[in-house]
Amino acid sequence: MYVAVKGGEKAIRNAHRLLAHKRRGDSARPGLSVAQIREQMFLGVARVMCEGALHDAELAALALKQAAGDTVEAIFLLRAYRATLPRFCASLPLDTGAMRIERRISATYKDIPGGQQLGATFDYTHRLLDFDLLAEQEAPPPPESVPAPTEACPHIMALLAREGLVGQERKAADDESAPDITREPLAFPASRAERLQILARGDEGFLLALAYSTQRGYGRNHPFAGEIRVGKVDVWLEAEELGFCVPAGEIEVSECEMVNQFVGSRKTPPQFTRGYGLVFGSAERKAMVMALVDRALRAGEYGEDASAPAQQEEFVLAHCDSVEAAGFLSHLKLPHYVDFQSELGLVRKLRREQARTGAQEAEKEVAALETAP
Amino acid sequence: MNAARAGKAPRSGKMLPGYNFAYLDEESKRMIRRGLLKAVAIPGFQIPFGGREMPLPYGWGTGGIQVTASIITPEDVLKVIDQGADDTTNAVSIRQFFERVAGIASTTRTREATIIQTRHRIPETPLASGQIMVFQVPIPEPLRFIEPSETETATLHALGDYGIMHVKLYEDIVRHGHIATCYAYPVEVNGRYVMDPSPIPRFDNPKLHMSPALMLFGAGREKRLYALPPHTAVVSLDFEDHPFAIQRPEAACAICGSTESYLDELIVDDAGARRYVCSDTDYCQRRAEARGEARGEAS
Repeated sequence: MYVAVKGGEKAIRNAHRLLAHKRRGDSARPGLSVAQIREQMFLGVARVMCEGALHDAELAALALKQAAGDTVEAIFLLRAYRATLPRFCASLPLDTGAMRIERRISATYKDIPGGQQLGATFDYTHRLLDFDLLAEQEAPPPPESVPAPTEACPHIMALLAREGLVGQERKAADDESAPDITREPLAFPASRAERLQILARGDEGFLLALAYSTQRGYGRNHPFAGEIRVGKVDVWLEAEELGFCVPAGEIEVSECEMVNQFVGSRKTPPQFTRGYGLVFGSAERKAMVMALVDRALRAGEYGEDASAPAQQEEFVLAHCDSVEAAGFLSHLKLPHYVDFQSELGLVRKLRREQARTGAQEAEKEVAALETAP
Repeated sequence: MNAARAGKAPRSGKMLPGYNFAYLDEESKRMIRRGLLKAVAIPGFQIPFGGREMPLPYGWGTGGIQVTASIITPEDVLKVIDQGADDTTNAVSIRQFFERVAGIASTTRTREATIIQTRHRIPETPLASGQIMVFQVPIPEPLRFIEPSETETATLHALGDYGIMHVKLYEDIVRHGHIATCYAYPVEVNGRYVMDPSPIPRFDNPKLHMSPALMLFGAGREKRLYALPPHTAVVSLDFEDHPFAIQRPEAACAICGSTESYLDELIVDDAGARRYVCSDTDYCQRRAEARGEARGEAS
C-alpha cells in the first residue's frame, strides 16, 4: 500500500551509487584526470569558473568531471562550494589596461595602437569534423610563432573617450565599496555594479538569446565590437596594516567593450554609448553577450523606451541565473501529491456541479418541449 | 524553555568534518537570525536576506534549510516532512543533511520534535508552545502571479492595497462558482499584510490561526524570510457571501480510518481504483497503533 513513498532512503543511496558507476564508465579504460580536463577542455572549464563565480581551474575541472560533463551541474557544484568560503576583502579594481594580452581585436578600427592579435580562436576555422582526432595521435605541431604577450595597450574606448565621442562612466568614490550580490539581497532597481555581477554569473545561453534578440530588433542598440581582449591580469590587494598594495596572483579574463548607438540632446553633444562585459577565462562569446545585455539594460539611463525583454531589468536579472533556474525547474520532479490532490478534488467537484446543472437544464428543455403545444 | 526543548534527546553526534555546525558559517547564521527577528517583529512582511547557495538545488527547500541551519542547536530534535510524510525522498535527504552537518537527533514524531521543517503540509497533530515550524517557500510573493514586478508588489504591500487579490478571488467565483485556489491560499496576517502561507493545501490554513508554535518561512531562491509569531491572527481571504471553507475529505483513511485528516489518493490497480491514506504519515501511524492496541485489549 505504501510502496510508492516508502523506501526513499535506500533508493537514494542506490541512485548515488548507480550514478557514480555510470559516471566512471568502462573501468577497463583509464579514468579522465582532472588535469586532462583542465588543459584539454579549458573552454568548458572557463565557463564553469565564470558562471560558478570562482576563479579556480582545478576545482572547475573537478566539478566538470564529477558532473559527467553537465555544465550546469558543474556550475552548481562550484557555486555551492564557493558559498562556504570566507571573504577576507575585496581586491582593487582590475587594471585590464595593463593586461598581458593573448588576443585582442577591434571591429571599429583597421589599425589600433598595440595592434590586433588573433590569438587562439575558432574564428576563421572551417567547421569540418577532424577525423584525425578520432585516433590516438601525436601532439599537433607547435604554432609557427608564439607572439609575445602584448603589454599594456590603451583601451580603444579610452581613445574615443579622450575625444568626448563616448560618454564617461561614473567613477566610484574612493570610500565606495563594491556591492556583493552573493551576500546582500538584490533590490530593484539594481545598481550597474550589481547588474554586471549578475550578468557575469548569468547563464550564457539565456544571455546569448537576449543579446541576439536586441540584434534582431527587440531593443536594438546598434552595437560595434569596439574591443575584445583576452589575457592575464594581476589581482592586487590593499594590505591595510602594511599601508601598501600587494599582488595576490594573476587571473585570465576576457573583456568586451561594445560601442553602441549614439545619443545626444540640445544640451549634450552626440556621443556613443557603451556596454561592458568581463568574465573569467577565455570566454569571449560570454563577454560579448554580457556587453550587449548590459547596454540594453541601460535603456532607462538614456531615456529609451524599455519595452523589449532584454531591456527589462527585473525580467533579465531575476531569470538569468542557471543555478536558480535549473533548481526551480528540477523541483517539479519532487512529489506534489498534496497540491495536486487539492486541485483534483476541486476539479471533480466542479465537474459534478456542472453535470448536475447540465442535467437540470436538459430536463427543463425536455419539459419545455413536452408542454409546448 | 518548554518541555520539548528542555528534554534531553540522544544525539547521533557524528558530524561532517570540515564544515561548521549546521553547515552555514556563524556570520551567515547571524545574518539570517537578524532577518528572522525582523520577520517576527512584522508578522507576514517579507524580509529580504542574503541567501546563500546551499549544496541542495534551489526549489528543493534551500530557504527552509537555511532557516533551520541558523536556528538549530545541538539539543534540538528535528522532524522533516515533505507532503506530510517523513519518508518521501526529499524529506529523507534534508533530514540526512542535518544529521551529517549538525549531528542532531531526528524524529518522525510530531510531539517529540522541537523544529519541524516542512514542505506543503502542517502536521495534523496539534502543535505545542515552543515548537518551531519551518516552511519551505517557492514563491513568497502572494501577488506574484497577478503582478509579476517586484517593484509594483512592494508598493502594493506598503499601501496595503490588496484590491487585485480580491478581484482575482472574485473572478474565480464568477468563473467557477468557487474560489479556485486550493493551495497557497492567501491569508491576511494580524490585520495588515497579505501573506502566502507556502503551497500548503487550504485544508491547513486554519492551523495557522493563533497557533501556539512559531512559524518561520524561508524562500531561498527568492531570498525572502517571513514569520508568524505564536498566537497571531491569520485570516484566509474571503467574501461575506462566499466564506472561506476547507475541502473536506470525501473518504476515510484506508490505514487508520481517520475522516479528519488530509488524504492522499492512491491508484491501486490498472482500472484506476482509488484508495485514500493520510498524507501525514506520523499521525496515521500513531492512530493505527492506537487502534491496534485497542483491538488487542478488546480480544
